[in-house]
Amino acid sequence: MGAALNRALHDAVAEDPDVVVYGEDVGPLGGVFRVTDGLTSTFGEERCFDSPLAESGIVGTAIGMAMYGLRPVVEMQFDAFAYPAFEQVVSHLAKMRNRTRGAVTLPVVIRVPYGGGIGGVEHHSDSSEAYYTHTPGLRVVTPGTPADAYSMLREAIAVDDPVVFLEPKRRYWSRQAVNLPVRTEPMERSVVRRPGTDVTLIAYGPMVETALEAAEQAASEGRDIEVVDLRQLAPFDDAAVAASVRRTGRAVVVHEASVFGGYGAEVAARLTEQCFHYLEAPVLRVGGLDIPYPPPKLEEHHLPGVDRILAAVDRLQWESEWVEGRE
Amino acid sequence: MKYTDERSRPVPPLPSQEPVRLVDRHGRRHEHSSFTAPDPAVLAELHRAMVIGRRFNQQASTLARQGRLAVYPSSMGQEASQVGGVLALSERDWLFPSYRDSVAMVTHGVDPVETLTLFRGDWHSGYNPHRYRCAPQCTPLATNASHAVGLTYAARRKGRDVAALVLMGDGATSEGDAHEAYNFAAVWNTPVVFLIQNNHWAISVPVHRQSAAPTLAHKAVGYGMRGYNVDGNDAAAVHAVVKHALAEARDGGGPAIVEALTYRIDPHTNSDAPQRYRDAAEVEYWAERDPLARMEALLRNEQVVDDGLLEIYERDGEKVATAVRERMAGEDKLDPGSLFTDVYAAVPPALEQQRRGLAEELKGV
Repeated sequence: MGAALNRALHDAVAEDPDVVVYGEDVGPLGGVFRVTDGLTSTFGEERCFDSPLAESGIVGTAIGMAMYGLRPVVEMQFDAFAYPAFEQVVSHLAKMRNRTRGAVTLPVVIRVPYGGGIGGVEHHSDSSEAYYTHTPGLRVVTPGTPADAYSMLREAIAVDDPVVFLEPKRRYWSRQAVNLPVRTEPMERSVVRRPGTDVTLIAYGPMVETALEAAEQAASEGRDIEVVDLRQLAPFDDAAVAASVRRTGRAVVVHEASVFGGYGAEVAARLTEQCFHYLEAPVLRVGGLDIPYPPPKLEEHHLPGVDRILAAVDRLQWESEWVEGRE
Repeated sequence: MKYTDERSRPVPPLPSQEPVRLVDRHGRRHEHSSFTAPDPAVLAELHRAMVIGRRFNQQASTLARQGRLAVYPSSMGQEASQVGGVLALSERDWLFPSYRDSVAMVTHGVDPVETLTLFRGDWHSGYNPHRYRCAPQCTPLATNASHAVGLTYAARRKGRDVAALVLMGDGATSEGDAHEAYNFAAVWNTPVVFLIQNNHWAISVPVHRQSAAPTLAHKAVGYGMRGYNVDGNDAAAVHAVVKHALAEARDGGGPAIVEALTYRIDPHTNSDAPQRYRDAAEVEYWAERDPLARMEALLRNEQVVDDGLLEIYERDGEKVATAVRERMAGEDKLDPGSLFTDVYAAVPPALEQQRRGLAEELKGV
């Protein structure tokens, strides 16, 4: 996936002279995950360069650049490092089009390597999607496959909305044979990754692969599970997910982030509103514990894995208990 | 062998603690070793813009008292800083104003009614920034300063000679975003002048509780920038210093901080209670250093203007005030449907549903 993102950046920079890539360490080093590898040596410092170490300044200058016709792609290096830029994102980046009644558009992409599972120390493993998705005016997207990583990053750079592009960093090393350049489905559409009839697993970013693994295991136990990859978290394509849940009648939303007040709550609430009469059990959420991100030696207990997902699927089958619980 | 420390820029000189002054408070010329006052025609233009600006401030404050504006942060007493800085810009340059800089915007050419759209509560910004080369008026402090750095960076990449003037207050210099913008501007060597209007009070907090720097212009030195102190009630001096700083920045000399020492005569906004934090004597002291009276005295002494011309300036100010009043008299009908149109490039399905819902609600009324 990291290589696909790298190719997407190369192709975008080559095709459009207004695309600039910058951030801390993205130049000669190629980024700490090497996602910007080779950009500076191929296209020069004009197109990909190291900036001062200051996230708010990086996003703030990107806003100014976009006001004058560039299409900046900036990197935040790690999820929790982006918080100093939060005001620029919510107060300016997300609102400029609206404030100026469409006179100023900001085609800025903020690349945020996010999530855990790589043994990172504190501040290197946050799942910060809920902070961004709560902000109208932003597109928040996250690819779950290498093909999507390429296609969605190209699309994010080309679109005239600001995009928070969440890169599931533990999937940087995921491999998939992809003939590049590839164009997958439009990024605002959710996609069924695996068709099934019994339960819908709703996942995104790093959890897509885990959900697919869970579905495979469940298949060996005779359960046919559908996996939907949300892809663009905001604005949310609830129609596609609702269609899936109406077919299966059962749904589990899976994400790495803490469950309380998390993105899964939004998905569950919408599905309840839209599919209530089709549901055979409550929409369940599987996610991280409601704790600050733990140290690397304990993160496996926080992050949802196949077992926790399958346990939730099992709970959906306890139809008699739901009924028994009624007064 | 590669050395990590390849910095070779000259160390910028310490700013003088004595503000540049070209006209004293009695309207007499004041000699300065480095700066000279602009031509009489420019001095007259500065005065005219200040007369219009003052009238605009009064009219807007009245509209706020009448409830026609939700709020108005007056710049009464700061007209020289705003007008002096803006009139130093070329026709290609951009202005990045904060909420107290309506007079600067009007001087820059923004339609006076469009300038007040934000305070009237009609929309969060009432003008097309590209049309006026004026960024939306910024309410969070110092956050638009890095936008100016990015914009001038982009302009240079596109081969255009564009500089920017960022207006900020003394309180804004304490914000982290001020630091990041100064640093980016200096490292990227972009043509930005940060004009700090030190009006002595960030709402109720005096400047000595805001910063321990000898002057706010001294902050420039740490970033490798030049810093200038100027008498902010002397429009001639502000104009000369900002123009000089812009020219240096255009020539590759790097950005600069200009601290204009001025005073906010009016409250922070119409809902402020300044008597709780400052003495009437202090206000009186600054009122005696009024920027308009000073320039008028100079122009009269040197016979650049006479009663007739001054009356014309007053009438120009009155015309602006009347137009603002009249155009604001009617209650414009705002279209609730417009709430949904410019959130994203295209209205997403979920918002389209809310748009229809609101339309239904309105029909039901």
